[in-house]
Amino acid sequence: MQMTGADLIVKLLERQGTSTIAGVPGGAALPMYDALSKSETIHHVLCRHEQGAGFIAQGMARVSGRPEVCLASSGPGATNLVTAIADAKLDSIPIIALTGQVPLSMIGTDAFQEVDTYGMTIPITKHNFLVRSAKDLLEVIPAAFRIAMSDRPGPVLVDVPKDVQNQMVSFEAYPDVVVPDAAPTFDIAAVEEAAKMIEAAERPVLYLGGGVIHSGAAAMAVTLAEQASLPTTMTLMALGAMPMDHPLAIGMLGMHGARYTNYVLEEADLLICVGARFDDRAIGKTAEFCPNAKIIHIDIDRSELHKVKDAHVAIAGDVGQVLSELLPRVKPQLRKRWLSHVESLKGRFPLAMPGIEDPRSPYGLIHAVANCLDDSAIITSDVGQHQMWVAQAYPFRRARQWLNSGGLGTMGFGFPAAIGAALAAPDRTVVCFSGDGSLKMNIQEMATAAQENVNVKIILMNNQSLGLVHQQQNLFYGKRIMASRYERPTDFLKIAEGFGMRAVDLDPSPNPRATLAEALHTPGPCLIHATIDPNEFVYPMVPPGAANSEMIG
Amino acid sequence: MSEQNAKPLSEFIPDVPETTGFNKVVLELGVANHPGVMSHICNLFARRAFNVEGILCMPVGSGDTSRIWLLVFEDQRLEKMIRQVEKLEDVRYVERHAGDHPVFGRLDEFFQ
Ligand SMILES: Cc1ncc(C[n+]2csc(CCOP(=O)(O)OP(=O)(O)O)c2C)c(N)n1
Ligand SMILES: [Mg+2]
Repeated sequence: MQMTGADLIVKLLERQGTSTIAGVPGGAALPMYDALSKSETIHHVLCRHEQGAGFIAQGMARVSGRPEVCLASSGPGATNLVTAIADAKLDSIPIIALTGQVPLSMIGTDAFQEVDTYGMTIPITKHNFLVRSAKDLLEVIPAAFRIAMSDRPGPVLVDVPKDVQNQMVSFEAYPDVVVPDAAPTFDIAAVEEAAKMIEAAERPVLYLGGGVIHSGAAAMAVTLAEQASLPTTMTLMALGAMPMDHPLAIGMLGMHGARYTNYVLEEADLLICVGARFDDRAIGKTAEFCPNAKIIHIDIDRSELHKVKDAHVAIAGDVGQVLSELLPRVKPQLRKRWLSHVESLKGRFPLAMPGIEDPRSPYGLIHAVANCLDDSAIITSDVGQHQMWVAQAYPFRRARQWLNSGGLGTMGFGFPAAIGAALAAPDRTVVCFSGDGSLKMNIQEMATAAQENVNVKIILMNNQSLGLVHQQQNLFYGKRIMASRYERPTDFLKIAEGFGMRAVDLDPSPNPRATLAEALHTPGPCLIHATIDPNEFVYPMVPPGAANSEMIG
Repeated sequence: MSEQNAKPLSEFIPDVPETTGFNKVVLELGVANHPGVMSHICNLFARRAFNVEGILCMPVGSGDTSRIWLLVFEDQRLEKMIRQVEKLEDVRYVERHAGDHPVFGRLDEFFQ
């Protein structure tokens, strides 16, 4: 066979099962765009900003669990992708970023729209490639997919100079479609040791992280909890792994976790950490986190073991595979005393959700939205107070229901990720909870949402401020409010309409629940606007640098 | 002044973290041979302000792979560092040798 490098890229993507690509064209990517024009199976979504394209690819990948592709030109196209790639790295999301580059002979000459995309993305990718010959694509493209989805998933960038895209390449046969590498083998003796520790523990707690979602192990984790009567906490990334209303669920831990959750952890004598990484926002001051607990740590990434907390038993393996070995070895137990103690802590120090009956208050609005939807809906959020309220209060009940920028905490994530989710799951309703600050960071993608007519509803919790910053200045900087209030209001309804999106305002509605239900149940993209009091704070809160037991509020 | 003098010496040298010890260790890395591989490895050490005293790199065999020798200070974080290096796609293996491994010793005459 003979074809150009660009045609070969598109063929290899098709063979790998890619059906949607999000991108923005530009000079150095034009051969790839020309090749895409000939593809009958790939739908290209024209984004309004490359960061939008990166987050749309992420949204697709977070829903499908498989690598999804975004595409940008050289120079500013590539730099605009950087935030979305870094975000994928911190949350272990498999995306493939394809970038055009200036021709090989011009690399290093400060050519027009040349940046060192390869060098720039080394620290924010799982791996990256600069392709120096079209025939290398036969190896690089399948390798990019294999690396993105094997072991701990992550972003892979492939930078392709324009002359390499145009170069003819002859080859005998296409490379095989790649599948993930086999997960690392692990020591069964360690699993047995873990089972013994669980049996011997009096006050064990199960601590689930995003790895449980990536590995498709949520159901097994719930079974483990039920079998051994383990109160179960989830990180921001793992919400939904165990239904929030499960009797053993003790909610999200960490900076904005409920008091009782952090108190239960404080008393634990055994912590079983599955696919989580002891992030500082989750554990607070390291030395004071679970001070009395032995630790079992299960993670596919060996470098996470003993990284923050030394584990007594550490197992490097796919959490699903490890749990399937662990389950038959764990004796069923009832743990009446411990569970009733947990129950009493929950009764004494529950998550307070003031205003839950009022759809014009943060918790009330979130509950009103949840009451209109079933578990099939996908929920995304941006970053800020609204995100923490949703994480605390939304009744998540399944894995991959909740898409969130956990590690990088990127404002602007929620809306394009929701578009990606809707593209990957067109039959679901996708709701993006956003803030007025965050939404503005990728608001241009309203045009993309309107163009693709995706079923995405934005719930805009508008407090006319960078609420989380405002809150921190109030609590920790002597109420000196600096650059966290927007002096001038923005007319988001007009903006949405200007981009061709429907807009609904709950403020003037005499019956906000009915208005909300109608908007959520009407197919197509829609902005749903609600004013929120800027003096509402997220509580409880662990002050930055403090121990989780030192919550305020 | 006397109070300041009580602080560990490393605090006065901006690029030597407190965790750094005085013993040296030699690391041997087998890696894929391509132009970007040195950046991948050096970036990991630089970002964590992990002192690398010496670097040697030459292709081996047919040239598909290279061997990199690193001379580093023993550091509390060395084991964690090695696990991060092993995670790199281009790294085939990492071996740890004593600090007096001859690979750097024989170079002394070029650095007089
Ligand atoms: C890209 C980016 N810039 C800055 C921040 C720091 N930051 C975190 S939350 C926040 C305020 C978010 O405001 P908004 O989206 O309106 O949400 P609210 O807290 O008001 O609900 C800021 C500025 C961030 N997380 N991401
Ligand atoms: Mg706001």
